[in-house]
Amino acid sequence: MKLTKEEARLGRSQVEKIAKLSRLELTEQEKELYANQLTKVLDYVDKLKSVDTENVPITAQVTGLENVYRGDDIDQCDFQKDLINQSTENEDNLIKTKSVF
Amino acid sequence: MELNQLTIREVHEKLQSGEISSLDLVNACIERIKKTDKKLHCFLATDFDNAIKQAKEVDKKIKKGGKLKILEGIPCGIKDLILTKGITTTASSKMLENYVPLFDATVIKRLKDNGAIILGKHNCDAWGHGGSTENSDYGPSHNPWDLERVPGGSSGGSAASTASDQVIYSLGTDTGGSIRCPASHCGCVGFKPTYGRVPRFGTIAMGSSLDTIGPIAKCVDDAAIILNIIAGLDPKDSTTLPKEVPDYTKMKDKGVKGLTIGLPKEAFGKGLQPEVKSLMQIAIRDLEKLGAKFKEVSLKYLDYGLACYYIIMPSEVSSNLGRYDGIRYGHQSKEADNLFEIYTKSRAEGFGAEAKRRIMIGTYVLSAGYYDAYYKKAMQVRTLIKEDFEKVLSEVDLILMPTSPRPAFKIGENVNDPLTMYLEDIYTVTINMAGVPAASIPCGFVNNLPVGMQLIAKQFGEEKIFQAAYAYEAINGWNRIKPKI
Repeated sequence: MKLTKEEARLGRSQVEKIAKLSRLELTEQEKELYANQLTKVLDYVDKLKSVDTENVPITAQVTGLENVYRGDDIDQCDFQKDLINQSTENEDNLIKTKSVF
Repeated sequence: MELNQLTIREVHEKLQSGEISSLDLVNACIERIKKTDKKLHCFLATDFDNAIKQAKEVDKKIKKGGKLKILEGIPCGIKDLILTKGITTTASSKMLENYVPLFDATVIKRLKDNGAIILGKHNCDAWGHGGSTENSDYGPSHNPWDLERVPGGSSGGSAASTASDQVIYSLGTDTGGSIRCPASHCGCVGFKPTYGRVPRFGTIAMGSSLDTIGPIAKCVDDAAIILNIIAGLDPKDSTTLPKEVPDYTKMKDKGVKGLTIGLPKEAFGKGLQPEVKSLMQIAIRDLEKLGAKFKEVSLKYLDYGLACYYIIMPSEVSSNLGRYDGIRYGHQSKEADNLFEIYTKSRAEGFGAEAKRRIMIGTYVLSAGYYDAYYKKAMQVRTLIKEDFEKVLSEVDLILMPTSPRPAFKIGENVNDPLTMYLEDIYTVTINMAGVPAASIPCGFVNNLPVGMQLIAKQFGEEKIFQAAYAYEAINGWNRIKPKI
């Protein structure tokens, strides 16, 4: 089912905004497709609104672990060069990229 | 019976006694892969030369009378989400097309420490996103029972490969059903352990609060052998627990007398295909005959699991996939003129449609103004789901329900409708929300397509699942029926 512009919760401009935040370049075709598909998913997950969650704590860590510490020990890494070489461009053991400013 | 059709324990005994050689076994698997993989497309990368070299070493050891470790000389396949040193690991995504890991995941290190031989990497939905392998950037795998159908997913290549005897066993990952769903659709035993039971270090992250790693095997005993090896504390994964790992193979002859198994009424109603329901009822009768008691229970929040999952999982996905910036490793666009375009173009070219959808859903529900309404709400509902399971599993030893609402569907049937595709996960995702262990055990066929049932225990209650699964398998042997390919 295709949603009209009015029905879609996510219009093209919102999809553009989310795509920018997500660092994804989208084609015009993709923008329309995702506006429709994401709207359907968001409509579906709306069913959570009917659950009473007043005073219910959140669960982020499901087995109940808290604050697991370890010593701040220095370990040798013997493949630094290979790691740098996994980048597309590098020079003098440094990763090369476009300038930030 | 062909060598490649044997189970781990059978192979181990035959290798140790000198009845068969590791080289013959490895060659049997390689021949099988060469013969069938054009049709099945289970493998993205292979490492046959190394496998043969390793097999020859094992054979020398046997000749000298050396004692073999349980996995020594036995070939397996690994889901492409798990890092294998020196073997290309892509997560089935174009983003990592040429990525060769410099280290092994903890689970791989543990397999290798026990002598495992890795034949190659198994196709899956890219990044684990999907239940059919249709989201692989390299094309879907096919179900060995019907090549026009999906093998399930996301660990579909692993299940199809194991079911068709290309390997003796495989490792998959499960964030919302990705071990259990393909195991069910291909007729394998798939075991998703408790969250934190098996270390995630070196496994490409999908939903970090949900991700688990486990075996896809030809029988319950093989799954127990693998879990014995891969489970346990790892200093490199701070969510693993310092709990002792019991010997799961000891559950073999325990039987089910005295066990009470709960049947959640919400899982047997609308949406479940009647033929699949009948198979569940037959399995229940079998277990009853063996001495298990059954009781109807209620998982009130089961129906909310999927909605909850499709908020929490994409949130974590959007965060985890943020690291693919096109700079340090992975695909980099050649069209970028500035830094921002390196990000946006590399990610546009490197990610497939499903990864993009999930990144955007996650980014949206985490963004300012929507966080409370979506993410926080979902984490609260997650608490209710977890408590729901805790309550029921304090009254019964296990829960039994279907793994999937229907057998494997046809390739292409759902691709244009992501939401319908998501609904296939209805019985599996909630288990990951609660962090409890669950296995899919073959329990029969509908129109010559395998169907699995799910056995679920409380957190760290894996032994009870094995106890019931061993007993059930011993009187049925559905897993011994092989696809004709």
